[in-house]
Amino acid sequence: MLTGKAQDGVMTTQERPNQLFRNISAKIAALPMIATALVVFLGGTLWTIFYSFTNSKLLPRLKFVGLDQYERLWTTNRWLISIENLLIYGVLSLIFSLVIGFVLAALLDQKIRFENTFRTILLYPFALSFVVTGLVWQWVLNPDFGIQKVLRDMGWTSLEFDPLYNPEIVIYGILIAGLWQGTGLIMCLMLAGLRGIDEDIWKAARVDGIPMWKTYLFIIIPMMRGVFITTLVIIASGIVRIYDLVVAQTSGGPGIASEVPAKYVYDAMFTKQNLAQGFAGSTMMLLSVLIILIPWAYLEFGGRKRV
Amino acid sequence: MSETVLAPVSAGIDGPSGPKPKRRFSRRNIFVYGTLIIVALYYLLPLYVMIVTSLKGMPEIRLGNIFSPPMEITFEPWVKAWAKACTGLNCDGLSRGFWNSVVITVPSVILSIAIASVNGYALANWRFKGADVFFTILIFGAFIPYQVMIYPIVIILREIGLYGKLPGLVLVHTIFGMPILTLLFRNYFTSIPEELFKAARVDGAGFWGIYFKIMLPMSLPIFVVAMILQITGIWNDFLFGVIYTKPDTYPMTVQLNNIVNSVQGVKEYNVNMAATILTGLVPLIVYFVSGKLFVRGIAAGAVKG
Amino acid sequence: MASVSIRNLDLAFGNVEVIQNLNLEIEEGEFLVLLGSSGCGKSTLLNCIAGLLDLSDGQIFINDKNVTWQEPKDRGIGMVFQSYALYPQMTVEGNLSFGLKNAGLPAAEIQRRVTQASEILQIGPLLKRKPSQLSGGQRQRVAIGRALVRDVDVFLFDEPLSNLDAKLRAELRVELKRLHQRLENNTMIYVTHDQIEAMTLADRIAIMQSGVIQQLADPHTIYTKPVNKYVAGFVGSPSINFLEGEVKAGKKPRFVSEGIEIDLQRYEFKGTPTNGGATFGVRPEHIRVGEKPGAGHFQSKVIVDVVEPMGSDTLVWTRLGGEDFRFRVDGQSNLTSGEEVAISFDPAASSLFDARTELRL
Repeated sequence: MLTGKAQDGVMTTQERPNQLFRNISAKIAALPMIATALVVFLGGTLWTIFYSFTNSKLLPRLKFVGLDQYERLWTTNRWLISIENLLIYGVLSLIFSLVIGFVLAALLDQKIRFENTFRTILLYPFALSFVVTGLVWQWVLNPDFGIQKVLRDMGWTSLEFDPLYNPEIVIYGILIAGLWQGTGLIMCLMLAGLRGIDEDIWKAARVDGIPMWKTYLFIIIPMMRGVFITTLVIIASGIVRIYDLVVAQTSGGPGIASEVPAKYVYDAMFTKQNLAQGFAGSTMMLLSVLIILIPWAYLEFGGRKRV
Repeated sequence: MSETVLAPVSAGIDGPSGPKPKRRFSRRNIFVYGTLIIVALYYLLPLYVMIVTSLKGMPEIRLGNIFSPPMEITFEPWVKAWAKACTGLNCDGLSRGFWNSVVITVPSVILSIAIASVNGYALANWRFKGADVFFTILIFGAFIPYQVMIYPIVIILREIGLYGKLPGLVLVHTIFGMPILTLLFRNYFTSIPEELFKAARVDGAGFWGIYFKIMLPMSLPIFVVAMILQITGIWNDFLFGVIYTKPDTYPMTVQLNNIVNSVQGVKEYNVNMAATILTGLVPLIVYFVSGKLFVRGIAAGAVKG
Repeated sequence: MASVSIRNLDLAFGNVEVIQNLNLEIEEGEFLVLLGSSGCGKSTLLNCIAGLLDLSDGQIFINDKNVTWQEPKDRGIGMVFQSYALYPQMTVEGNLSFGLKNAGLPAAEIQRRVTQASEILQIGPLLKRKPSQLSGGQRQRVAIGRALVRDVDVFLFDEPLSNLDAKLRAELRVELKRLHQRLENNTMIYVTHDQIEAMTLADRIAIMQSGVIQQLADPHTIYTKPVNKYVAGFVGSPSINFLEGEVKAGKKPRFVSEGIEIDLQRYEFKGTPTNGGATFGVRPEHIRVGEKPGAGHFQSKVIVDVVEPMGSDTLVWTRLGGEDFRFRVDGQSNLTSGEEVAISFDPAASSLFDARTELRL
């Protein structure tokens, strides 16, 4: 097939060789990726969804019970508290990290001195694990030795500030730790977005006499729409997974006041021998991520043609 | 952007010529630096508390407040945290978790980067039919809550006999590191001029020849970024560690959590804080040493969440 | 004997047809330039010849060997890229010898070829340097050297001079021509959007637009007898003047436009002239000013609108037949805006295109 030599001036034509074997090395090299994508990500997800319709307990088994697991899930107090916590934590964490992240980035973008020092300080918590974050804040918020004690010693003797021991506000205690750990990252993303804006925009705004806050609000932020959306997706999909922080900081307590869905799922699967409940819970988590993800993917990739 | 630039022009016409006087203490500067300094202090506070607590003795902790510096510095809590703290029946301290984490992190970093860089290279330069489909699934995998994939992986690992063993956890880290690392490498290799790749093909280099002789030597920075990303990510992991290993092989984060949150015995806050610092030390060192590369890494790896 | 032969080449990316049913025969030792604006498919065609893109349909032969599905390295080609594409981590020597090492040539032979190529291109003193230590011109020389050492029959150039500044470009252009004269048996296929490169270097030029070769001819024919309006407008700087109007056939064929009438008796029609809409094209340098017009020449008086002195010559803008009309006079001219001048030109040196098909009449 490879000999296309001319014979008597007639040159033979060649058919397209089998496409499967073209670039065969590349395809072999991509096998781990293909296997991961298909077996673990796609297969694993489908498997979990599938088994969430069974009544698997200690081991997965194929006894279908329809939507029973979901019914149980949504009538379980612990799951409902988890969802409520996730909503409070999620909404507040989104708002605060975006606002704080952007303001810090805008401050750092003022051509200040020691920019690197400030950035290093604001970002270092992100290098720490959630476990470390949770434990530090557990200590700082400790009512007997931490902030409450210090403030009481300073004279506010009746002051109550013990978020980790008060079921009503425990989720805000976790929020404080989560923001401390994560806003540095948001600031960095925002700063990158600000740096990506053409200097001439600032010059034009200044020539037009537009005050700085108006320039940010009406010109810069709309221009950073893409950065905001991407950041939003990043924060949101991280929030749904929140687990280590809660485990380390409160272990879900006091009582079940600071439970979150990821912890519910883990406990159902590995400590309560109630696999299918865990599967149903994780399927709900997947669903909530897809609700965030699909509109974003559509906006990001659906609008323009991909080559 | 400074206000001095906005000052009316007439002021400059009548005034003396020469360099513009610096207004170091303008209202704006006070606001900007003041805010940043307060915020920076707030961010530093927990680190400070960790350090001072870990250097105090328990009696001093019970008496004073957590912000006061130690009256008497003791390294006893550090020694105890490293070598004697108990988790369950083991009383050999965090050192066990530390070495477990090392044994988990090193091969995971190497394996995940090796595989992902080749994937990224294949995707960027050797586009084949269907590649985009797999890549899209892979990227979705970066966002999917791990919880939906945890149990199927337990089954897979059990089938191949790696459940509860370190190689199993290495495999898990390789799998979950793949989306973001592949994206990272794909984007980087795409940014390398395509003509270079074409030239190498005309010069007769094949898939591996181009990877090792052309691409690899040009991509050291991105490999460093990937390493930073993976070292901190894998070192800080808790969820996979707790699921896919057994108490003997728990990584440092899991062991730390068990030490601090153990319900038995008297709480030794100074030991706890020393243990916490010890656990955070490796990523912190990576962070302070790598500087700007770390920022690049997290900006790229942010989707990891 | 054809050195490179392309038969019925089709190339599509998804649903986008980039090249459609293209045929091209290139002779041994020929210098062929593929000329066109960006996106016309000229670089794509070159990549197909190199084997860097898979065809959708068709066949490619190099030296009578069917190479349609062969790897680039097995096709007997060398390629020079616009961005030089030198391997940044290797020295010049490493760059030159990389392909030869991959081919498994003995060290002595590699050494011989590298030395020879570096002599031809005068890059001997640079052999130990890294590409980052070279100037743009030196880099492109190394890139040419990398093709040269491969000792191949066909050289492919993909806009090799586009990244250089104007002065260097002119220098290297001459060197390329010299190189081609020296390697007279080597076929060269050269992609560019620069018509001066095309005119100066080519034995033949293929002008491409939307994946189709519009005209394939020697530079002189392309310039004087463009086959269609696109080619006429693309080649030549300053570009050709077009006048819209219609042809009145008959014994004395004429071209009529707003307020003017051009006698076409001296124009060589391809067939018999017929009545109909047409575009008349005349190049700015074919217009004479103030001279006594020859027999059958067109003449008119026009008002100078804008004068653009360019040193060696001056471009004068005016209006004729209701359109902008440019002509070129020498640099010493002292025409001024508003002045009236008498111009004339020979219709034999002009081009006429059908208004609908845009083909040459």
